[in-house]
Amino acid sequence: MNDLIAGIWLLFDLQVLMALLVGSIGGVIIGAIPGVGAAVAIAILLPATFSLPPLVGLTMLLGIYGSSMYGGAIPAILINTPGTAVNALTTYDGYPMTKRGEGRRAIALAYSASFMGGVFSLIALILLSPLLARIAPMFGSREIFLAALLGVILVVLAHRGQVFAAGMLAAFGIFLNTVGLEPVRYTRRYTFDQSWLASGVDLIVVVLGLFALSQAFLLLVQKDDSPDMVSLKGSIFSGLKELWLYRRVATVASSFGVMMGMIPGVGEFTAQFMSYTYAQKTSKTPEMFGKGSPEGLVASEAANNAVPGAAMIPLLALGIPGEALTAMMLSVFYVHNVIPGPQLFQERMDFVMALYVALLVLNVMVLMFLMVSTNWVSRIVQVPSRLVGIAILLLGFVGVYSLRNSITDCAVAAGFGVFGVILKRLNLPLVPIVLGMVLGGIMEVKLRSAMPRVSTPLDMIERPIGMIIFALILMVIGLHIRTLIRERRNPPQDVDSDIHLTQGGE
Amino acid sequence: MSRLKTLQEMFKRYRRPGDLVFATLFLLISLFLLSQLSTQAPWRGTRNIFAQPAFWPTVSLSAMVLFSGLHFLSSAWSDRQPGRWAEVWQWVRACEFAVWFLVYVWVVPYLGYLPATIMAAIALALRAGYRSVKIMLTMVILATVIVVAFRGFLQVRIPAGALYDYLPASIRVFWLTYL
Repeated sequence: MNDLIAGIWLLFDLQVLMALLVGSIGGVIIGAIPGVGAAVAIAILLPATFSLPPLVGLTMLLGIYGSSMYGGAIPAILINTPGTAVNALTTYDGYPMTKRGEGRRAIALAYSASFMGGVFSLIALILLSPLLARIAPMFGSREIFLAALLGVILVVLAHRGQVFAAGMLAAFGIFLNTVGLEPVRYTRRYTFDQSWLASGVDLIVVVLGLFALSQAFLLLVQKDDSPDMVSLKGSIFSGLKELWLYRRVATVASSFGVMMGMIPGVGEFTAQFMSYTYAQKTSKTPEMFGKGSPEGLVASEAANNAVPGAAMIPLLALGIPGEALTAMMLSVFYVHNVIPGPQLFQERMDFVMALYVALLVLNVMVLMFLMVSTNWVSRIVQVPSRLVGIAILLLGFVGVYSLRNSITDCAVAAGFGVFGVILKRLNLPLVPIVLGMVLGGIMEVKLRSAMPRVSTPLDMIERPIGMIIFALILMVIGLHIRTLIRERRNPPQDVDSDIHLTQGGE
Repeated sequence: MSRLKTLQEMFKRYRRPGDLVFATLFLLISLFLLSQLSTQAPWRGTRNIFAQPAFWPTVSLSAMVLFSGLHFLSSAWSDRQPGRWAEVWQWVRACEFAVWFLVYVWVVPYLGYLPATIMAAIALALRAGYRSVKIMLTMVILATVIVVAFRGFLQVRIPAGALYDYLPASIRVFWLTYL
């Protein structure tokens, strides 16, 4: 309780409050513009936040992460184009509702479900924090190595139908992290006698290339698009009342969001599909799903908004990011010498609580902002896509160049930008590269520091937590094999759909 | 024969045009990088295997070759979608904008952040097919807002342009510091 109060006090700072305001409103607008998304915005803003105090920088980035999904629901429902990739499922039921003339009702329900998901996850996490503070110190080098390994396996297997591609891209990410001087003996690895490769491949340069510049190039190459938007009339407050009718679906979807958010490498997509499947199976009108079912809409929006808060758990407690956005945020911690992990949870619980409360306040601010400004925000969607591309390209320059004023960094980022375009056009995932880079680094360091205590492979799992994580690794692989066998007997009808889009920037 | 067919069926998946080109290139690059292991990340002495500098490059490159090989096979055995080279042309077109980006990066230290950004915004808008004065004005405003927000307010590290040295003394310091 003391930590909670101390955390709230930390938020009473003008800079933090400004960051909350910028993050929440900026996130909604960014989320509402198809083709931008939280990943692009966070990648661009990342270097700018390095000069800010850690709480201010993280609050702003978390604000964008948490609020972009609210904004992304607007074009998903009104014009059948998800503002962010995780709003793709929202189009299934949101757009048919708009076509039936129920656009206002769909938007209201989406906001309410998003709010419920966001608040539910944060309350759950605030209540869980004392338990996490007790468990976190049980994670030593071996356990963190195993958890990172589990994260890599999960991020590969979570890309159903694209496991080979995800595997090769995750391995590519791990390889990129090894380029340059090896940290202990300073051996050069894959530098090809090039001095610019000696310092390695910077994560932020790769992220900016893959997420921001690639999106700019993609929008500039594609046909110009400026969608017509439907104007909404009437109050949106009614959604809060209507959500009460779907409280069971919203609660279960939020719970799935919390659980899936906590597991590295899984994230919004799995949470949404589990929630959606649950809602459909338990609905009295399952035939309405995909044709404008309010329950389907609630399941999708509540699940995806419950993830950002939960995704902070492995990041803060173990220093392991679960997906691309938290991987980017990890660099903010490192720049300020705040090392996330068990010690942070033990010694700076007030900081952790401040982040949670900031997210809670953010959800309230976003809901209030959207209640009065949805029509205004929806007009932003009409900005021509090529102009958005130009803006991203100009902003991408700030992100890369301000890091080290290096033209080489910009050239590397441009190279990854083109690589990102290819991956996006082929519908191959970007996230495994980023997670491979981050988790590969963690695995290398932790495995090496664990070695003095390991004489046989079984020593890796001699402690209970290590044994549990190892059992989870076996279980995840076993479940995947079982799914493959089932799919072989009963092949799915549609093996490629845009639901597999995991680029985050779309 | 039927066993081979079953294997092919297992690897079949939906693929987009250009998938095979990408799969082939990625496999070739992975094989090239793995072939350089002995010179670029050599194994040294009898030290603990996990402490070897070559351990993680070996693991990651082996995984890259394995998975890209499987990806290549699944791509080769899946139904082909027409439009392979049209797709590759789209990738080449993206390179054009990478060059635009690098030219913009190159001129910033000479012209200064604000003039270079305004010029880049207008040039890109013209390249994207816009001709109206309204759009050009929007581009000037956008460029100015970006520069003022990042260099003026957030004070991100972008060096002042060489051209600023020729400005009158009364405004030079302001431009050097904020624009």
